Amino acid sequence: MTHWVTVACFLALLISGAEIVISHPRFYWGETGNVNMHPLFTLPMPSSRNTVPTKYGYVMPDQNGWSRYLHFQTAWVLVLTGLVYLIAGLWTGHFRKSLIPEREKRCLQAYWERTAQYLRRAPPDAAEIRSYNVLQRTTYLIVIFVLFPLVIWTGLALSPGFNSAVPMGVNLLGGRQTARTLHFFVSGALLLFLVVHVVMVALTGFRSRMRAMITGRVDGPGGR
Amino acid sequence: MKSISRRRLITTGLAATAGASGLAVAARLAQRYGLIPPDHGGIYGPGETLTYAAQRLMTKHSLAREFPGSMISKSPFANEVAPPTEEFKRHQAAGFSDWRLAVDGMVARPLSLSIADLRALPFRNQITEVVCEEGWSYIAEWIGTPLSEVLKEAGALPQARYVVYYSIERDWWDSIDMADALHPQTFLTWGMNDGDLPVSFGGPLRMRVPRQLGYKSVKFITRLTVTDSMKRFGKGLGSAAPEGGYAWYAGI
Repeated sequence: MTHWVTVACFLALLISGAEIVISHPRFYWGETGNVNMHPLFTLPMPSSRNTVPTKYGYVMPDQNGWSRYLHFQTAWVLVLTGLVYLIAGLWTGHFRKSLIPEREKRCLQAYWERTAQYLRRAPPDAAEIRSYNVLQRTTYLIVIFVLFPLVIWTGLALSPGFNSAVPMGVNLLGGRQTARTLHFFVSGALLLFLVVHVVMVALTGFRSRMRAMITGRVDGPGGR
Repeated sequence: MKSISRRRLITTGLAATAGASGLAVAARLAQRYGLIPPDHGGIYGPGETLTYAAQRLMTKHSLAREFPGSMISKSPFANEVAPPTEEFKRHQAAGFSDWRLAVDGMVARPLSLSIADLRALPFRNQITEVVCEEGWSYIAEWIGTPLSEVLKEAGALPQARYVVYYSIERDWWDSIDMADALHPQTFLTWGMNDGDLPVSFGGPLRMRVPRQLGYKSVKFITRLTVTDSMKRFGKGLGSAAPEGGYAWYAGI
């Protein structure tokens, strides 16, 4: 349940976030940054503001109003959903049982073996039909406990009101523009995860995985 | 499929009733403590209300970050504004000596202040960052009269809840709640980086609200109206921004 709410939220945040970026597709490092300053990098795209110099003689339509309303409302839904997921995960022992790698797999050897198995395109072991392998577990842990907290933190660091209450939030990151650039990169990392995740699900057999996710039913051992 | 038991039906019903009355009580309390923004309607209303309420509980007295003089931007960016009207050009030609700031609404003593009158009131300076919703920013030193000094001079009535401010430009107006209006860093700014406030940055008079995004810092201020409700202003959404699709509260 929390998974699908998160999917909807992530897509809404991605689209509205991209719309907001279009109004200033330049990124900086440090506290300040504007068109009179050197950017760290510029995205190769036209802007929705004619004050931003681009290589394109074209100004995109301004979509920031609804994008911002949607971005912040969805962020609330995502954070509240995340809280429910965290509490449920701790309560049911989901993190301990299904996400933290098994004791015997906490070594480079296990990671390397599973990577080699992927590279050989060998089918997953029987145990993996009902559980996650060590690479999946580690990736999910990074997404849940590193990338999502980081994207929330860097997002909050862009709020002038929040910064006035908790100045360390933005100062620790190294300034407002750094926070914005990191927010962009962490969102990119989450998007990369989404793409790989969906590709892997598709390779495993989209229909059987969806059935397993929604109904909890899995075909017998060896079945895909 | 499992049939729904009587006990389950009763518990769910009770939980739903408790939830609904809880929400109703929360809404009443939120209204009473000024936690509901004027643009609380529509599909994005819940998110806006959550943001504004959370910020008001957390940031009522917090100060925007101030920076050392060495961090003042060498090349601040003056966002474009509409070309000046004939009226503005006349003021500019006269060195803004005839510029007036009218203060009206729920005040004991309505005022009409010149820039010189404003400068005669206690003034302060702050080195803060202007943060645009588009993503860019710069740091400057702002010199001005705290809005609270002007409100004190005019005798704002205790039932005041918002201060509405107008630009000389048509259809450019905004408002802030009293938490921001009485905030020590909210300035009627007339100086920038040791000089007069340049026209491109909103001179002769700009509202600076450093705990919110740049679009709340309206340029070319000519009038303040103190009120207890935003219903009678524009479409009742708090400012011109929500009418153009942008949030009224820009502290995010």
